[in-house]
Amino acid sequence: MTDDLTPATGNGLAASDDGRRTFIKQASGLLGLALAPPLVGQAERLTAMAKKVEGVSEMRLKVNGALRTIKAEPRVSLLDALREHLDLTGSKKGCDHGQCGACTVLVDGRRVNSCLTLAVMAQGKEIKTVEGLAKGEELHPLQQAFLDHDGFQCGYCTPGQLMSGVACLKEGHAKTDGDVREWMSGNLCRCGAYPNIVAAIREVEKSGFKG
Amino acid sequence: MNNFSYLSTTTAKDATAAVTGTKGAAFIAGGTTVLDLMKLNVENHSELVDINLVPFKGIEQTADGLRIGALERMSDVGEHPLVVQNYPVISQSLLQAASPQLRNMASIGGNLLQRTRCGYFRDVAFPCNKRNPGSGCPAQEGENRNLAILGGSKACIATHPGDLGVALAALDAVLLLENAKGKQRRVPLVDFHVVPGNTPQRETVLEPGELIVSVTVPAAAHARKSMYLKVRDRASYAFALASAAVGLDVQGGQIRTARVALGGVGTKPWRSVAAEKILTGAPATEATFRAAAAAAVKDAQPREQNRFKVELAQNTLVRALLELSAA
Repeated sequence: MTDDLTPATGNGLAASDDGRRTFIKQASGLLGLALAPPLVGQAERLTAMAKKVEGVSEMRLKVNGALRTIKAEPRVSLLDALREHLDLTGSKKGCDHGQCGACTVLVDGRRVNSCLTLAVMAQGKEIKTVEGLAKGEELHPLQQAFLDHDGFQCGYCTPGQLMSGVACLKEGHAKTDGDVREWMSGNLCRCGAYPNIVAAIREVEKSGFKG
Repeated sequence: MNNFSYLSTTTAKDATAAVTGTKGAAFIAGGTTVLDLMKLNVENHSELVDINLVPFKGIEQTADGLRIGALERMSDVGEHPLVVQNYPVISQSLLQAASPQLRNMASIGGNLLQRTRCGYFRDVAFPCNKRNPGSGCPAQEGENRNLAILGGSKACIATHPGDLGVALAALDAVLLLENAKGKQRRVPLVDFHVVPGNTPQRETVLEPGELIVSVTVPAAAHARKSMYLKVRDRASYAFALASAAVGLDVQGGQIRTARVALGGVGTKPWRSVAAEKILTGAPATEATFRAAAAAAVKDAQPREQNRFKVELAQNTLVRALLELSAA
């Protein structure tokens, strides 16, 4: 995958403005509808994807509340976009095949494997990474619980565990230890900190925090 | 992964036209299979056509059953109250598959099209008739512990890896397909996947550029009383060594209707009509279930490392039927 780490240079937008105008005309009915406030994201997505994307092009990603622009090829995963283009190296590359969960982030509030998500397809969506969990110096309750319960050893899987744990709490899948083990099974920890991870998530659940 | 172009489409017409009109193009929905296989160089597409904005959505009760849009996500279908209550085997098959993250991504249509986990298929250093027709099948005499005992051929014994397809095979599900000309057709799930024979590269009856629009499942007493039992090497997040999708309508101790399909042991979701024939009209006892299980694996052709699956599949099926009839 090293050839995926395209330098952020290139000729930018590949398609001509003509194609874009034509699309906007054709889609104007749809866009008019979509501009109602709850659907603005959808409208942004439609305009962002109005053309075939080839080679390096500009992509806009909303990460942890901030709109960021990168130049990348369509094959660049969301994980590589975060780590290599936006210097958000919290999300980790473990297996790069959706098997370990170290790359877990939230997209529109749902946990996904960012290694199997294309950055180009994540445009117009709300992306939340481990860097967006704490509020300034104040840790997220699950981050604090991981510290209190020793929920990690080497720490490599921890950002993914945290993002998955936050989603697990929000989904209501953390009501028993067994639930947590089942619904956190997409996050592997080769140090074997599982009992402490379960304890940390359970403590936050019992505190009434819903994520 | 090779470089490719990307195109987002909002209609089935545009999507199918793009895929049929561009050499090497493929659809992408959740991306969990296609990107995984492209990273392994098992698939090398020149263009990915995003169908996520195509309106193949909805999980709804129809006049005669359940309709699921092909672009609904595994997690949403698995936890939908309608599915949980009236089609528990579908819910259970989905929620025992993959991981929560993958289930949030993977679409129902894509799930049915996921490709085998056979190690030779996934490693381009090896020959594989499915990946490179005519190159050979090292699995026949090689690492075949996880591979199929039913429906294999000399060319291929790769297991269908999915769970949902097994549940849908049991419940007489029908797929609605749409091709590049906008023409729609209905194909029963059991006829959708094909056994490898001499052409293991062909896994379904889907034509090039054709899309899965939706899945419909008829309502039935054996659908309401149904379950999925999955046996695997670890308790969660693993492919099935053997699984059973079963549905029973039992009245006064007698089985009125039964549905049986096996997973993890076949080259496609393995509906067993032979087992259903033994169950139908018979008393709901372990002896009946044992006889049905024996019939289900009668044609098994195990290899050196997967002989255990013949017994495991039977025990899985018997346990599922016992648990379901006791429930």
